[in-house]
Amino acid sequence: MSIEIDHRVLETDEEGYLQNLSDWSTDVAAQMATEDGIELTDNHWEVINFLRQYYDEYKIAPAIRILTKAMAKKLGREKGNTRYLYKLFPEGPAKQACRYAGLPKPTGCV
Amino acid sequence: MAAPEFRTPELKPYPEIPVVVEGTMAHSQPYVAPPEHQQPLGYPGELVEDWQRVAIDKMGELVAKYRSLQVFLDACVKCGACSDKCHYFLGTGDPKNMPVARQDLFRKVYRRYYTLSGKYLPWLVGAEDLTKEVLDDWYRYFHQCSECRRCSVYCPYGIDTAEITMAAREIMASIGLGQKYSNEIIAKVYKLGNNLGLPQPALADTLEGLEEDVEEETGVRVRYPLDEAGAEVLLVTPSADFFAEPQVDGLIGYGKVLHQAGISWTLSSHASEAANFGLFVGSYQNMRKVALRIREAALELGVKRIVFGECGHAWRVAYSFLNTLAGPFDFLDSRYPVPQHIVEVTHDLVKRGALTLDSSANDERRVTFHDSCNIARASRMGNIPGGQFVLPREVLSAVCNHVYDMRADTIGEATYCCGGGGGLLTDDLLELRVKGALPRMQALKEVVDRHDVTHLVAICAICKSQFAKVLPYYGFEMDQILSLHQLVGDAVVLGTKQ
Repeated sequence: MSIEIDHRVLETDEEGYLQNLSDWSTDVAAQMATEDGIELTDNHWEVINFLRQYYDEYKIAPAIRILTKAMAKKLGREKGNTRYLYKLFPEGPAKQACRYAGLPKPTGCV
Repeated sequence: MAAPEFRTPELKPYPEIPVVVEGTMAHSQPYVAPPEHQQPLGYPGELVEDWQRVAIDKMGELVAKYRSLQVFLDACVKCGACSDKCHYFLGTGDPKNMPVARQDLFRKVYRRYYTLSGKYLPWLVGAEDLTKEVLDDWYRYFHQCSECRRCSVYCPYGIDTAEITMAAREIMASIGLGQKYSNEIIAKVYKLGNNLGLPQPALADTLEGLEEDVEEETGVRVRYPLDEAGAEVLLVTPSADFFAEPQVDGLIGYGKVLHQAGISWTLSSHASEAANFGLFVGSYQNMRKVALRIREAALELGVKRIVFGECGHAWRVAYSFLNTLAGPFDFLDSRYPVPQHIVEVTHDLVKRGALTLDSSANDERRVTFHDSCNIARASRMGNIPGGQFVLPREVLSAVCNHVYDMRADTIGEATYCCGGGGGLLTDDLLELRVKGALPRMQALKEVVDRHDVTHLVAICAICKSQFAKVLPYYGFEMDQILSLHQLVGDAVVLGTKQ
């Protein structure tokens, strides 16, 4: 499978996750979201940017508690919780947001 | 990605056996493992050229090695007792999800190549060649069994469909047709020690975060130690406990219990996973390789006890097989069970009055306990028959004042699978997972209507993730599933015992 951005064909796995992390750009995230009928707001970008930052350091997406804590700091306490993150990313912050951020899908019993 | 289109089954006033609709789940199958997820497990990267011969040889090898498998294949008298016992049949109506029909996919090939009548009179005994069509059916329907073993409880011969499913999956993986979800995970355990692929620094950062959270909330510095040599207990828990909700709230609870009991403990980055997907794919070699990491970690850290966290099939592997897979554990303290379940540890402390519990902390919650299939039907807790049902309920009743059981034929040894066990907890099988959850959702709805139950409580990482995902399909909220040790953690009074 693949996704086409600006006439460039980027390879993805069966579930739409980028095969090569280096292919990512903000346009990739925006287009993936558009295909899901989601318009990315600043709050979406806070999540996506944090995921990428964390991945850069730890080679894995952050645990949900780390993400909610970070978002509470950035967006305020009432938005630093799972419910709010699911509002932003209805398929789940771990999976959908990781896909938009160009990260691999978290595996395991999650 | 567009949401898959299917209809969630309706919750009726009472459970119904569905009308049979042939082929209604014939489209459901998981992604096939690419070579990079096959090879680390010792399997060929893709379908081998002479796959039919290899598969038949492998079948012969397994039937010769596991006498149980041969008995299961030979003993069925087609009485039909199992036919309405599988949650996937009840949720889909696909007749190939009747346990007997699932077994027959394997049995017909076995008969063709390994029985006299099947070799010479195949048409008389329902024997069939292993064709590509048959193989395709295997891939679909042996990935519509969660190896929960409910059917075997009702079989007068005790035929265990799960063992047949495991054998079929092992044969398919051996010819290069493995399942992506499970095999990718096993390969990650070999590389990084856990299903998620959490490297040591991420694990350390996560645990440090938990210590801060708990201190902020309670004022008490509860520790969540990693790789600390000399600790008494090695806690082996599913990596979902580090990563996801509601699992992490359970981990917080284990820490509070161990802290309050004064038991020194540690997690291990080498064995940072309780789950053992080697069981799901039916591979003894892979199951052993995963299990050995626990032995290695225990020896390296010099612990005296091994305790398992809330993970269903991990407890089956630990309770039933750990000693033969990775034993002997003669270096551990023989006064404690080897291994021990965290529920056994907590239960013992509760019974001895070693914990101060404020059960009113859970007064807002009205709960029911979901017995996880592998714990219910393949293990035990404590030293009494049925302890795996009694101990968690006694712990739950000690920390919560409102506990109500679901209908008797849906709990205990008759419990229904959550719908996501056995290596099926993957989004490519979402329709199957939603439909397979029907019997559990039905039973839950009954206690919600009758007793105003607000939460389902479980002791398995797969059950928890599966319920968080499927509850909304049935009109519930995703956070109506809790970890048992979350309730325990909320009720434990920290600090000096009063």
